[in-house]
Amino acid sequence: MISAMLGEAWGAMGANRLRTFLTMLGMVIGVGAVILMLAIGQGAQQRVQASIASMGSNLFIVLSGSVTSGGVRMGGGATPTLTLQDAQAIQELPSVAAVAPSSPGTAQLVYGPNNWSTQVIGTTPSFLQVRDWKLSAGFSFTDSDIRSATRVALLGQTVAQNLFGAEDPVGKTVRIRNSPYVVLGVLAAKGQSLDGRDQDDTVIVPVTTAQRKLFGSQFVGTVRFIMVQAESAEAMAAAEKSMNELLRQRHRIREGADNDFSVRNLTALADTAAETAQVMSLMLGAIASVSLLVGGIGIMNIMLVSVTERTREIGIRMAIGACGKDILLQFLLEAIIISVIGCLIGVALGVGGALIVNKASGMTVVVTMTSIVMAFVVAATVGIFFGWYPARKAAGMKPIDALRYQ
Amino acid sequence: MASPADAVIRIEQLYKEYQTDAGPVPVLKDVSAAVMPGEFLAIMGPSGSGKSTFMNILGCLDVATSGSYSLNGRDVGSLGRDELANLRNQVIGFVFQGFNLLPRASIEDNVALPLIYRGTPRAERLALANEMLAKVGLASHRLSRPNQISGGQQQRVAIARALVNRPRLILADEPTGNLDTATSREIMSLFAELNERDGITIVLVTHESDIAAYAHRLVRLADGRIVYDGAVAHAEPQHLAGTA
Repeated sequence: MISAMLGEAWGAMGANRLRTFLTMLGMVIGVGAVILMLAIGQGAQQRVQASIASMGSNLFIVLSGSVTSGGVRMGGGATPTLTLQDAQAIQELPSVAAVAPSSPGTAQLVYGPNNWSTQVIGTTPSFLQVRDWKLSAGFSFTDSDIRSATRVALLGQTVAQNLFGAEDPVGKTVRIRNSPYVVLGVLAAKGQSLDGRDQDDTVIVPVTTAQRKLFGSQFVGTVRFIMVQAESAEAMAAAEKSMNELLRQRHRIREGADNDFSVRNLTALADTAAETAQVMSLMLGAIASVSLLVGGIGIMNIMLVSVTERTREIGIRMAIGACGKDILLQFLLEAIIISVIGCLIGVALGVGGALIVNKASGMTVVVTMTSIVMAFVVAATVGIFFGWYPARKAAGMKPIDALRYQ
Repeated sequence: MASPADAVIRIEQLYKEYQTDAGPVPVLKDVSAAVMPGEFLAIMGPSGSGKSTFMNILGCLDVATSGSYSLNGRDVGSLGRDELANLRNQVIGFVFQGFNLLPRASIEDNVALPLIYRGTPRAERLALANEMLAKVGLASHRLSRPNQISGGQQQRVAIARALVNRPRLILADEPTGNLDTATSREIMSLFAELNERDGITIVLVTHESDIAAYAHRLVRLADGRIVYDGAVAHAEPQHLAGTA
């Protein structure tokens, strides 16, 4: 019975190929758009997640606070109030996992005929732990390097490439501000940060080296900021509170006076970014769903026309014994076939489109099985939903009226 | 003679009116008749006499406003849409003036169509369809489309389709209305043969007296009432005349 009906539906669709194709096109575009948009949205989400992961997790950044000098308020970090001793004290706090005091600056690097200007961060070995940064070659400096302020450096990928090209930098000597530094290791690639900076365009040296030999400092022993990693996501609040108390105490800030430092929660920023990406993904999906809906309405439209056009045929079928459900099934099957075939083509186009977008723009696209299955289920549902009304209209006709229809 | 209880068709005080903007218009008024198995009955009457409406009610395509109609002893008035569809499928074979074949489908598929709604498997469907096509002399055209054959051949296809479920009753609404005289004779000979050889009850509507002459019994309608019901041979000339 069903196979005979399928044959009939197929024949009816074949009888008006252009119209069947155009109806299908609505479905093809709808499904293709949903799959492509979801792929792009999920790609963006994945990129944001990767960026967040590259920043390190459960992070605080403690910055020197602002000061007012002659009525002029300076921005955060303008006066160095944080010291290496502050960092050590924070490290003692129970909710804190790692601490990395940092003194960044800019310097010119020279190796052989090549030179490159980049950000040089003076910090401690725990910086790599805090930022979840691996080495791709060599090894890190140690606490003894901090103590003796040795001239050693770790190079970011971008710096290594610009200075050394294909050469292996480990063990070589680069000149930073004309002083020789031994390259101990090369950092693994991290890619772009959330705000688009190249995180690999950086050099890491021991914090004491930066302070005493590279940049010098107005106030000996101060650092620009301290990166702090909490034990866990749950320990974030406790860590923030105890850090505030500790630093107020250490900086001898009176009750009621403003902090001369500020503690920023970087996870909040990451959460916002992740949320933004998710909202964008949802929005893309929603926009694409509208086109799927329009495709469905297109099917309904054509099916209604088809029912009217084939009223006489319906009458003949009823006159020779078709029940209402036979007619219903026939038109419903046509709608479902159109939407399912349209959906298959749409999936192919969507996946193909995603690959093309990936090749053409290098944008990350993620086609998941879930999105394909979802698009398929939605398309079949749309077919049934929008095919139902015209099919019922056909099935509900009186045989004699349908037969007399001209 | 068979008893009235055995009647294929038994209608009593059938009344049918159509709703129009100007109010209800009665088309059939108090029509009562019975058709016995094996009868060959012609219904005649001028345009607007209600003969097509009568035929549609007999064919379970339309329902009467009041009165009773029993087909093979079953009260048609009490049946639902699906049961009526089953009657049309299995008890009645319908032949129309305009042939009413599906233009897209092949001759073979057209004839097999009623079997689909009965759930017959494809192989059996096609075997039966070809058997019927052979019966009406069109076996060689089974793969043609309706628009590739003549009107007379199309009507033969329609008759084959009406026969495919082996009904005991064939209703034909002006089956020769769109055909020339020679073809009309062929079609009528086919009906006569089906009636005589296979014992199929045939009721046909026509307005041509030489077509009605193939039947054994004549019912004449005028203005929604039966004005003559008797043997064709004994009918008065005015009862045989096409339009009064």
